Amino acid sequence: MARLTPDNQQRARELIALYPHSRSALIPILHLLQGQDGYLSEDGMGDVAELLGLTAAEVRGTATFYDMFHLEPVGRYVVAVCTNIACMLQGAYRLLEHAEERLGVAPGGTTGDGLFTLEDAECLALCGNAPCLTVNWRFFGDVDLGRFDTLVEDLRAGRLDDEVPPHGTLSRVQRATGLQAGGEGAAGAASEGVPAALPTHLDLDTRRTTAAVASMDAGHLEGGT
Amino acid sequence: MTVTDAPRIISARLGKPRSWTLETYLADGGYRGLRAALAMTPQQIHDHVNVANILGRGGAGFEAGRKWGMLRKAEPLYLTINGDESEPATFKDHALIEGDPHQLIEGSLICAYAIGADQVFIYTRGEFPLAIERLEAALNEAYAYGAVGRNIFGSEFSIDIVVHPGAGAYICGEETAMLESLEGKRGYPRIKPPHFPAAIGLYGAPTIVNNVETVSNLPWVVLNGGEAFAALGEGRSKGTKLIALAGHVKRPGNYELEWAKVSFRDLMYDPRLGGGIRDDNELKAFIPGGVSSPWLGPEHLDVLLANDAIAAVGSMAGSGSVIPMDHTTCTVRVAWRIVRFFHRESCGQCTPCREGSGWLEKILERIENGQGRESDLDLLMDICDNISPGVTWPPAQTTICVLGPSMPPAVAAGIRTFRDEYLAHIREGRCPLPPDRLPRKLAHV
Repeated sequence: MARLTPDNQQRARELIALYPHSRSALIPILHLLQGQDGYLSEDGMGDVAELLGLTAAEVRGTATFYDMFHLEPVGRYVVAVCTNIACMLQGAYRLLEHAEERLGVAPGGTTGDGLFTLEDAECLALCGNAPCLTVNWRFFGDVDLGRFDTLVEDLRAGRLDDEVPPHGTLSRVQRATGLQAGGEGAAGAASEGVPAALPTHLDLDTRRTTAAVASMDAGHLEGGT
Repeated sequence: MTVTDAPRIISARLGKPRSWTLETYLADGGYRGLRAALAMTPQQIHDHVNVANILGRGGAGFEAGRKWGMLRKAEPLYLTINGDESEPATFKDHALIEGDPHQLIEGSLICAYAIGADQVFIYTRGEFPLAIERLEAALNEAYAYGAVGRNIFGSEFSIDIVVHPGAGAYICGEETAMLESLEGKRGYPRIKPPHFPAAIGLYGAPTIVNNVETVSNLPWVVLNGGEAFAALGEGRSKGTKLIALAGHVKRPGNYELEWAKVSFRDLMYDPRLGGGIRDDNELKAFIPGGVSSPWLGPEHLDVLLANDAIAAVGSMAGSGSVIPMDHTTCTVRVAWRIVRFFHRESCGQCTPCREGSGWLEKILERIENGQGRESDLDLLMDICDNISPGVTWPPAQTTICVLGPSMPPAVAAGIRTFRDEYLAHIREGRCPLPPDRLPRKLAHV
């Protein structure tokens, strides 16, 4: 695993076409690469550098600035427990310690079976449902110790694979069109519709990991009237 | 009781079934604001926004209309929407993008038309994949509906919107760091002057950076007029504000409230809002506008949620995140966690922030673990003074951006207001409040 697949090469070129300057597509393309391999490999980043006409150092230097990018392989599920203030006030460090014991790894570590990587995360903006965590960046709120154990069991058994995609998957909805307004993308001319390798619509209604919006549900905003 | 019957301008659809779809949006009158805007001149929209006096909802509270007026006249010209919400305990933009992406798209288009932008980029925090998916799906729907792209709704107005994901860096919420990131680089803030985005922004071109909540107000403002918006609120604080209430209340959540009409007491104790402090505990202190803002105490409960009122007691409304803490809270621990956050997120360009944040974290850690010295209190204040001379509010700064000066308020609040609690840690050799220690293993910064 390493270089961008032909499909992803094509998608990368479509991303480049959305920007006035090609380097702007670097971070979206790195997400694409991480979605493909679960992390950013040297070969993959080399491929991206070639595609964008950048040096390996420019790509690596950018990638290392951002917390979401992993330059080493990680577990199948990256469990990020928020310990920032809103979650801390609701017992997040107890949850994190419990997670360490349950998984047998410290933050930053990966379990021997390669299933779980544990992280101590900064605020994930789900503070109405503290303490919260994400698994491969999908949200779970109001996580008590029992719910954490259930979550781990469900993940282990593959019961959540529909709502928790493989690590690195950013968006499962693809943009349906290139630039249309007559602006010149970095590819030269405004591109026409792009072939949809991914759906352009997804039944987002069936997803259960919508806790950020759940915090907005009945009872929590009615007082705002 | 002063919770008013002001309309819900930006949160009306949040929590409704399938609120993120075009179908729901149109059934609720969606895109009428854009149609109305296209029948006006850009100057007329700008006038409405000036009359409405919308203060930027990202944290700095700068008048949106004034910002638009500062644009350097040149081509191309860009609109970038800041959806990189990462301020601890702030979760309003997350809810707005995820719950009502069409409103954000419509507001962005109205803004783009008013300022004459050539392209729009919605910079969305990378850790919000569901928000990105819904926004991308909504954008596809909007293109198919004719609301985005070439000759929008049959008019002469054409523009594209691109959803741009971040990749995990708090500093990219700072507007110039966001532009660097959008250019595919490390998120290093630029020095101002000269890099005010309205003059030298994305790719060096004049650029407007507006917050998600700010532009989400625009469809309503265009439809109802700037005067209707300005009729809500008081003084400089017009309209409504989405308040993210977290921490030790019974009902944390997002609440849209009329600005300058509701007090912190209402927000925390009204049964329709916060519902009181958890377990009916006593309130010890609260952070009124994101963790960068100076702390307030129970004596400030009757202060109104308004920019001027909060500034008058020495703090700020900031991002609209309110964090009450009950009497069981250890203020050393809270200050330590806030400083630890800024240490992890410091971009490293400026010495006072890069080094000072680490020093503050280590010293607070040893105080919390019972190994502090009485001289540590002066040392902490001295480090704060190096980052923000005088440790006053609003803060002076020795750094390129305000990330560094965001640290001293939490430390100074502790030392000035809760000095006895700090001293108890040092004299007793342990934290007097449970749990009396920090976690055994802390992630390496």
